[in-house]
Parts: sequence; C-alpha cells; structure tokens
Amino acid sequence: MKRRHKRIIFIVCCLGALGFAAWLVFRALGDNLAFSMSPTEIMAKKVSANRVLRVGGLVEKGTLKRDNDGLTLRFAVTDTANTIPVVYKETASHPVPDLFKEGRGCVVQGRVGSDGVFYADQIMAKHDENYMPPEAGKAIDQAKAAKTLVDK
Amino acid sequence: MSKHRINWYKYAAPANFYPLAGKMIPVFAIPAAILFVVGLYVGFFVAPTDAVQGESYRILFIHVPAAWMGMFLYVLMAVYAGVGWAFNARLASMMATAIGPTGAIFTFISLVTGSLWGRPAWGVWWVWDARLTSTLILLFLYIGFISLQSSIDDWRRADRAGAVLALVGVVNVPIIYFSVQWWNSLHQGATITKSSFKMAPSMAAAMLILLGACWLYSIAVVLVRVRYIIREREQEAPWLAEATA
Repeated sequence: MKRRHKRIIFIVCCLGALGFAAWLVFRALGDNLAFSMSPTEIMAKKVSANRVLRVGGLVEKGTLKRDNDGLTLRFAVTDTANTIPVVYKETASHPVPDLFKEGRGCVVQGRVGSDGVFYADQIMAKHDENYMPPEAGKAIDQAKAAKTLVDK
Repeated sequence: MSKHRINWYKYAAPANFYPLAGKMIPVFAIPAAILFVVGLYVGFFVAPTDAVQGESYRILFIHVPAAWMGMFLYVLMAVYAGVGWAFNARLASMMATAIGPTGAIFTFISLVTGSLWGRPAWGVWWVWDARLTSTLILLFLYIGFISLQSSIDDWRRADRAGAVLALVGVVNVPIIYFSVQWWNSLHQGATITKSSFKMAPSMAAAMLILLGACWLYSIAVVLVRVRYIIREREQEAPWLAEATA
C-alpha cells in the first residue's frame, strides 16, 4: 500500500468518526437546541415561574387587544391544541414588529407568572417561506375564509 | 479518438494552469456582471410586492444567494483542501486557499443582510437561533481557515493544517441547511426544495439569476486569486519568469 493510500484511508476514517461523533452530540442535545417551546410543551412541562423562556405559536384570532395606555398588548398564543395568554408592554427599543398580526406566527420571550399568564419582555414575528404577489395572497385568504364558512 | 482527448491532468500543473486561468477570467467575469444587472433589475422592478412582507422581502435577492454561496463555497474549499492533502496536489490546495476569502465575504453578506431583514420582519436584529448561530460559526470557520493558513510560513504545512480545519468544519454545513427542519427556529424553512417552489415565478427567476451571477463572480475572483498564489509560491520556477516576462 502506498503512503498516499494510507493517508486517504486515514482521512476518510477520521471524517467518518467525526460525523458519527457529531451525530451523537446532536442526538443528545435534541430539543435543547429549539429556539422556542409550544404552548402544549409549556403546559406539559410545568415550567417554573421566573425562568426566561420563549413560546412560539400563532396569535389567536380575535384575542389581540391594546390597553388604554396604548402600549400594553394582550393576546393569546396558540398551537391549536393549547393556548397561553400573553401580556406585553411595548417599549421604544422593542417595538411591535410589522408582521405581528392575528393569525400569524410569533415567538414571545419572557416568564410565566404564578397566575398562568405569560409576561413577555420581547415579542418577535415569525413569517413563513412562501412569497407571493398580493392578489395571490388575497385569493388564498378568501379561499380559507370560504372553507371556514363551509366547515361551520 | 485517443489522439484528440484532452489530458486534464496537464492543467493540474501550476505552469499550465496559470495561463489557462488568465484566459478564463473574462469568460466568467463578463457574464457575471451582466447577470448581476439583469438579476437585480428583475428583483427590484419586475418581481411583485410580497403579500405579507411588502417591499422589505426584496432583500432576499441578495441574502439568499449570498447564504447559499457561503455554504457551497465552504464545501468546495474543503473538497479542494482534502484533495490537495490526500493526493499531494499543489494546485488543489492553492484553490482551497483562493476560495476562502470569497466564501467568508458571502457568509458575512448573508449575516448582515439577514440582520437588516430581521429587524423589520421579526422585530430583532439578531437571535441565537440554530440557523443564525450555525451561520455565524461558518463565518468563524472561514476566518479560522484564513488566519491558520497565513500564520504558518511553510505553505505545505499551512495547506495540511488548513485541510484538517476545513474538513472538520464541513460538519457544520448540513447543520446550517437542516437547522430549520430539525429544531423549531425563528428563521423560516426552505422556500425552494426538491419538491416545491413556494414563490412567484418572477421572484424565483431573480433569485436564481443572481445565484448564477454569484457563481460566475466567485469563479472569476478565485481564478484571479489563485494566479497570485501561484506567482507567490512558484517564485523560483523558471516557467514563471517566461510567463510573466
């Protein structure tokens, strides 16, 4: 066997071992690398109050309200199975993002209070991977609305 | 037939590759410039406004090709570095060294444009989300590769050290790509996959034209850079004196 062949076998074996090690590491880390939890996970895990965490889901339709001070937002985040009420006070450094709307995705960061309400100190909007002209977007919204009417 | 076959190994020798690379530079640079203009025109004037994000989505025409190039070029750099190490192929190692800075620049552009897009869309400049963090690691891998290679004077040892780093770092590329699938993240999933194409055709056209432009630009720039590296490393070679005379 030539030196070159030995070297190639050595490199391939090292890369294989490295890949396997990486796979084990990421399997062990698992869900800990998730950016946010769902309302269902929050309910299931009985998370302790005062731990900062992030909850992701949809802003439930019909729940988004602003208090009279014009800064405090109240809404519910849902994963369609479970829902968690959220309170958020807007600040100059963390304004409400443009894409934050009812029925759209969001991630809120904060703590669960002893009253079961999630007190957020930051809210983020999440958008999906679909890009389309406004007419197509409208058509899809209308089709969805028509479908909910039929379902009801 | 065998008489006319091109002997590709011939161009593995820096002495033969140097003049060829010189001739190839405009072949890639000119179409790159044309495609950049066409792609940006289609992206900014032809592609429609997005139904959800309005005009701000248009930054993806720069963000997405840059992010893809950052990943492609890393894999390409690692393959060249690995081939150079395994087969003692000098030119392959030089190609890896030449690709590094271009890949780093594209990764940097994707991080900056992503940040500028994140602020209006998500409400934050930066989050420690799996996609963003792994892309930042990619930038650090490029910077590590470049600085490791330039800190070693003997270029044979520099190539070998760089190859080890580049090959180890390849693990990060599938992590970047699949991060949005494996873990829930703030970054959205892939728009273009094998089975689906979730954007208006003119948007996709602009993005793919710009991706083509980035590829051609990268090839042209890497050829320019590899010629400098050849000149630096083969200073003593008599052929170089003839070629540059």
